[in-house]
Amino acid sequence: MEVTEAEKAAAPAESTRSAAVRDGLGVGLAVGVSGVAFGAAAVTAGLGVAQACVLSLLAFTGASQFALAGVIGGGGGLVAGSLGAMLLGGRNALYGLRLARMLDVRGWRRLLTAQVVIDETTAVATAQRGRAAARAGFYTTAISLYLTWNVTTLAGAAGAARLGDPDAIGLDVLGPAVFLALLWPRLTAGRTEVRVAAAAAVIAIAATPLLPPGVPVMLAAFAALPALLRGTEK
Amino acid sequence: MSVWIAVVATGLGCYALKLAGLVTPQRVLDDARMRRFTELVPVALLTALIAVQALADGRTLEFDGARMAGLGAAVVALLLRAPFLLVLVIAAGVAAGLRLLGL
Repeated sequence: MEVTEAEKAAAPAESTRSAAVRDGLGVGLAVGVSGVAFGAAAVTAGLGVAQACVLSLLAFTGASQFALAGVIGGGGGLVAGSLGAMLLGGRNALYGLRLARMLDVRGWRRLLTAQVVIDETTAVATAQRGRAAARAGFYTTAISLYLTWNVTTLAGAAGAARLGDPDAIGLDVLGPAVFLALLWPRLTAGRTEVRVAAAAAVIAIAATPLLPPGVPVMLAAFAALPALLRGTEK
Repeated sequence: MSVWIAVVATGLGCYALKLAGLVTPQRVLDDARMRRFTELVPVALLTALIAVQALADGRTLEFDGARMAGLGAAVVALLLRAPFLLVLVIAAGVAAGLRLLGL
């Protein structure tokens, strides 16, 4: 599966769409495996199996889930833990701004679609060329990741699948590698994109020691602000 | 019981945030500058996410040699136009291999 396939301007709609579906399935399955790590971490932190599963079904945004489990495990306050988890989910609202026009969903479909507006679905959707491919990539990632993430959460929480230390098999590298691979075509295509990306990385790293987790990443949206001031510049 | 409240509240709060972006009025999003901004937002946020996942643990910055080597290998694989899944396998494999060797 070549991410670069999506770049070929002349490629027929059918092939860009099937490339998007392959991207989506790959991300859904690869990232979904981390649900085992979440399930195990949640139970270790003191959540029940049912609580871990409900959190995956309802929150369905990995960073927030790990954060809440971490606070509960560390004996922290539940109110602060929940608020911290929501802070991490704040970036999904920003993704929605981009996806609203791309997906163009209304009514009850929009209510369902909202649940799967997360890092992975946005990354796959925005990596595609053309609206049909973007939609196909978004929903393929959404469905495969939602199913995998929830099944593996149950497996991890119930102890059916023990990973030991997730870092030992390199799971901590998987997340950033997925986003890097999906962003790659855009980073190598446009100068504006590279500038925005570099500024975003600097903002997020500089803010990390100073602000609660989740805020630095959202703060990095400021890197895209020059586009708002000079809309016509490419 | 209060853990249940925290679980459900977090779930509902996260859902509300996801919905908030999607229901932004169309006329706000149709503005040309807003459109360019929202197109670049995922680039900014996902790059920031890569940086934070690679270099931070909570609020502490840390340099994990094996993790950085795994990401470096991913970059090389991408430059060589390796397929998506192979990039992931190489990245995780290099990090896991180095850790196995105790590096």
